[in-house]
Amino acid sequence: MATAPVYTPRRFRITRRRATGSFWSAITWLVAIVLFFPVFWMVITSFKKEGDAYTNPPRIAFHPTFSQFSQVFSSGAGPPFLHSVFVSLVSVVLVLVLALPAAYALSIRPVKRWRDSLFFFLSTKMLPYVAAIVPIYIIAEHIGLLDNDWALVILYTGFNLPLAVWMIRSFFLEVPRELLEAARIDGGGLRVELTKVIMPIVAPGIAATALICVIFTWNEFFFAYFLTATKGPTVPIFLVSFLQSEGQYWARLSAAATAACLPVILAGWIAQKQLVRGLSLGALK
Amino acid sequence: MADVLTPVDAPAGPRVRGRRRRRSVTPAPVPLKGRRAWARRAPLLPALIYMIVVTQIPFLVTLWYSFRGWNTLTPGTNHWVGLREYSLVFSDPTFRSAIVNTVVITASAVILSMLLGTALAILLNRKFFGRGLIRTLLITPFLVMPVATALLYKTTVYDPIFGLLDWVLSPFGVHHVNWIGTYAAPSVIAVLVWEWTPFMMLIVLAGLQGESLESLEAARVDGANAVQTFLAITLPHLRRYIELGMLLGSIYLLQTFGEIFVLTQGGGGHGTATTNLPYYIYELAFQQFNVSEAAAAGVIVVIGTQIVATVALRLLSGLFAAAEGMA
Repeated sequence: MATAPVYTPRRFRITRRRATGSFWSAITWLVAIVLFFPVFWMVITSFKKEGDAYTNPPRIAFHPTFSQFSQVFSSGAGPPFLHSVFVSLVSVVLVLVLALPAAYALSIRPVKRWRDSLFFFLSTKMLPYVAAIVPIYIIAEHIGLLDNDWALVILYTGFNLPLAVWMIRSFFLEVPRELLEAARIDGGGLRVELTKVIMPIVAPGIAATALICVIFTWNEFFFAYFLTATKGPTVPIFLVSFLQSEGQYWARLSAAATAACLPVILAGWIAQKQLVRGLSLGALK
Repeated sequence: MADVLTPVDAPAGPRVRGRRRRRSVTPAPVPLKGRRAWARRAPLLPALIYMIVVTQIPFLVTLWYSFRGWNTLTPGTNHWVGLREYSLVFSDPTFRSAIVNTVVITASAVILSMLLGTALAILLNRKFFGRGLIRTLLITPFLVMPVATALLYKTTVYDPIFGLLDWVLSPFGVHHVNWIGTYAAPSVIAVLVWEWTPFMMLIVLAGLQGESLESLEAARVDGANAVQTFLAITLPHLRRYIELGMLLGSIYLLQTFGEIFVLTQGGGGHGTATTNLPYYIYELAFQQFNVSEAAAAGVIVVIGTQIVATVALRLLSGLFAAAEGMA
């Protein structure tokens, strides 16, 4: 436009820019709504009676009912939720207990070959889980951890630990060096350095790391399916067994799916500012 | 490429950096020895040992079983057979098609979600009414439990009669198509693209927001139009972010299991159209009870992945360094 030889009135140019601007905004809205629609539809369907769920064209006007949710929970969704909550929380605590000191030793007072250690953690993320399922099943069977929440706690800690180390390290790197130096000169020792200098700066980052670990743990299906399927299912396993037993009841299925997804969707919305950082293992802000 | 890490990537530890800097002026520093070195290493060790135990013990057990002939349904097969199971795996046509399917599913999902994600990131990188809300809506598909996504698509979207897809396409004369049965792989890929577009979008968006306004302004002053500016300045700047997103996306997508398990059970119409490597090993171990053959396939997959991962790690270390340098 800058090369346009013909004089165009300023006001016309501005309105034209506004017009193309709102055109692209409208497109953005449209695409977002289309992509979000399946989630919206899941929530809508969960408030329907079964008769309203099976229609073509899809029915938008109906009498909402909560009965599907109460049916889901009366058909045994309670224990899987408790299993999932227990596994997620315990594993996140364990991850933080292990990752915080490790990240410290890889950033603030680095060990000699910190880069090798860092990339060792990353390389474990690339191991195909499936190659380990047979031995893990056999080991779990031998030591009596089949259908036991602790088997999942151990595994989920293993696959969130690299992510947490990388992410927390990236937060540690943001602690201004001058502050650390000052604390050391004051001679406060490690404790003061940790509680007064580092923690206040990295605490929000640690919270975000924990939320992202919870997201991955809550949604994990592969290991949970093989290790807990018969007695102690987590939420994703419950959902799949629900599909197998009640697959033709879409409204009830949607209610189960909505209840299963809600905690993580909320966690993700809360942590969305830090999501990209977690997903890129701390490389991007 | 690990040696091209920029100084920004160096840890904040003032000791190491200070020591390096002082080296030219003062006599060589006394290296950390004995107890002090161990004191420094101590915080790292629990996590390191944990990861070594969790990853290496299962691998050693896999290796052990891969040289035996154990099928849990056949008593007396749990003995040493050497490399027999490996040759069984290599001569299995399903194994070869599983490799192809894994590559096809991963590559198409990564590429398509990156294209869509980049487009969305560009759209989101403007000021407009409701931007925060739109961003929130757009990241949601990534947060939905993958198994729930698959279940949702299988029922309310792909259903031949009552599905949303049938309703949307019926004005165009498309009626009652058995999507999953007829187009098994595309159905799975579409679900994966839906799930992973937000991931790619967020990474590219981070790249767009880290772009320097000066160079954009300079381009405008030089009379470049929007398309020229994008191609000449934004795209080269985004390259590293796009690579980072595609690499990380591939790492996760290679492991796809739940979606295939729910949507197609590995087949969908034509036998093994969506049997990828994870699903293949699952079938060997838990449906045919061929523990040893599954273990052999697992070892092969680990070795293959390690070769790919070595390359990926080299790329990643460069990308991480660059990303930290850019941020």
